[in-house]
Amino acid sequence: MEILVCVKRVPDSAENEIEVNSDGSDIERDDLVYSVNEWDNYAVEEAIQIVDKVGGAVTVVSLGDEESEEVVRREMAMGANNGILVSDEAFAGSDGKGIAAILKAVVEKGSYDLILTGAQADDGAGQIGGMLAAMLDMPYASVVNSIEVLNDGKLKVGREIEGGNQEMNEIALPCVLSIQTGINEPRYVGIRGIRKVASVDIPIWGASDLGLDVSKVGESGAGVKRIDYFVPELGEGAEILEGSNEEIAEKLIDLLKAKGGIK
Amino acid sequence: MAAQIFAYIEHKNGVADDTALELISAAKHIFPDASPTAIVTGSGTDLDGVCSKLAASYAEVWKFGSEALAYPNAELIRKLLVGVLPSTAVVLVPHDTFGMDLSPGLAIKLDAAFISDAVGFEGMEGESLKVIRQEHSGQVSTHVKADIAAGAVINIRPGVFQPDESQSVAGQVIDKSSEVGELTADRRYLEVVVAEAGDVDITKEDILVSVGRGIEDQDNIEIAEELAQAVGGVVSCSRPIVDAKWLEKARQVGTSGKTVKPKVYMALGISGSFQHLGGLKGNPFIVAVNKNPKAPIFQVADIGVVADLLEFVPVLTEKIQEGK
Repeated sequence: MEILVCVKRVPDSAENEIEVNSDGSDIERDDLVYSVNEWDNYAVEEAIQIVDKVGGAVTVVSLGDEESEEVVRREMAMGANNGILVSDEAFAGSDGKGIAAILKAVVEKGSYDLILTGAQADDGAGQIGGMLAAMLDMPYASVVNSIEVLNDGKLKVGREIEGGNQEMNEIALPCVLSIQTGINEPRYVGIRGIRKVASVDIPIWGASDLGLDVSKVGESGAGVKRIDYFVPELGEGAEILEGSNEEIAEKLIDLLKAKGGIK
Repeated sequence: MAAQIFAYIEHKNGVADDTALELISAAKHIFPDASPTAIVTGSGTDLDGVCSKLAASYAEVWKFGSEALAYPNAELIRKLLVGVLPSTAVVLVPHDTFGMDLSPGLAIKLDAAFISDAVGFEGMEGESLKVIRQEHSGQVSTHVKADIAAGAVINIRPGVFQPDESQSVAGQVIDKSSEVGELTADRRYLEVVVAEAGDVDITKEDILVSVGRGIEDQDNIEIAEELAQAVGGVVSCSRPIVDAKWLEKARQVGTSGKTVKPKVYMALGISGSFQHLGGLKGNPFIVAVNKNPKAPIFQVADIGVVADLLEFVPVLTEKIQEGK
């Protein structure tokens, strides 16, 4: 099975305090720790496990600036066979449709049975997989938390739905799936793994390589645009307890006792 | 004249989802004079019941009944909607696992703008709708401008807009089942596998000591267990802990886990994503311990402690034990 996995380099929100810059045009990007989007990492692991079982190859593609090469390389160190960086100044400012249109061109330049994305990334939209599938006229399933390859060009996929329940579906290949975290246990990537792929050539494709009309993508083609970042004015929020850990603990115990929080 | 606005109604076992009435308020935040039309798909008497109840809140309820729509398969529903919606329709859909399944592709096929997970609206500027969203796990908000001249599909975050419970409309149900036609999909629904029950039922507990990513290591879960024991509560968790297989799924609080209603909820190293908070009902007293002062959990908590839980919680546990 030929599998394409779309991955994104994002600020790791578990590791960073994200702050808005002074004019609200962006977040403060100095000193941010970046990594591969967590959902995408699960998607790559899943692709590798499928190929281990049924054969084929995993290709990882990332759309972004030159620094995104590092996440492609990292996922290749995990075991992806091929990597592609899609990068062009004309792509900057693309909205979801623009990104999906670019990825559609990537898909059509190859021949894939299965296309995976993460269920969502740093912007929390969770839109690329569904858009890409519709553009390609392929079936789609979102928030997938199990995949079983059936014999007749089909997959049995589980979707995580509300209440911890799982919705089982049969879906025809080729298809697009968005992958939920927890579907597997992504393997650890060590220094040795990274070294092994350090000199692997990762092609960079731009708009002309993909035959894309640059007026349809990037800022000019975007119908949905982010205007600014801001920190909302909040209600009261939490009362923050101050002091040493011991002092805070004593204050907290009094509060908990009053609220029935200590039996 | 404002574009016609539609609300996709989710329902189960003959009862409309809470979001059904929230979408009315959301519509009025987009166009103050909006009178949204409800779209309800399904089959049988359940569908009829849902539709007739909704007519107290929606001026028009479009009913699409078909055996093919007995289970909401997003691919079938997308095909249906593309066939029946006017070209500049604005369609509101709950941002949940169904909305995530349906809406991005629907927007492509309608050639409409897509706005995901909207949490607020600031009106129209010309042909553009100004929307509030959140990024980076809720740590920052953004204004987004969307050109909706050619229509829009907008996913609305559940629980954000007040449900419109006025029931002041004597609306009508319009049976459009004859427009459903032949629907086929390349994705076939098989069954729903119900979550396994765990060794404890966190939905029945008054005190939950809940751990998130900040616990850092499986061995540290013990720190939470000791606190839970000291306060007479039970350990629950957020999604990353289940993803890492450190605790069983039955301990997970959130929309994809359990809905809990404790009296006291201690969130240790939990950032507080909306999916997590969506599983927390009944207005508990929330204590948040997190080393990131920007963590969204502090916006909803009553009491906050900005500290590394691995250092703070053992101190707290010891002091509670001393006091007993």
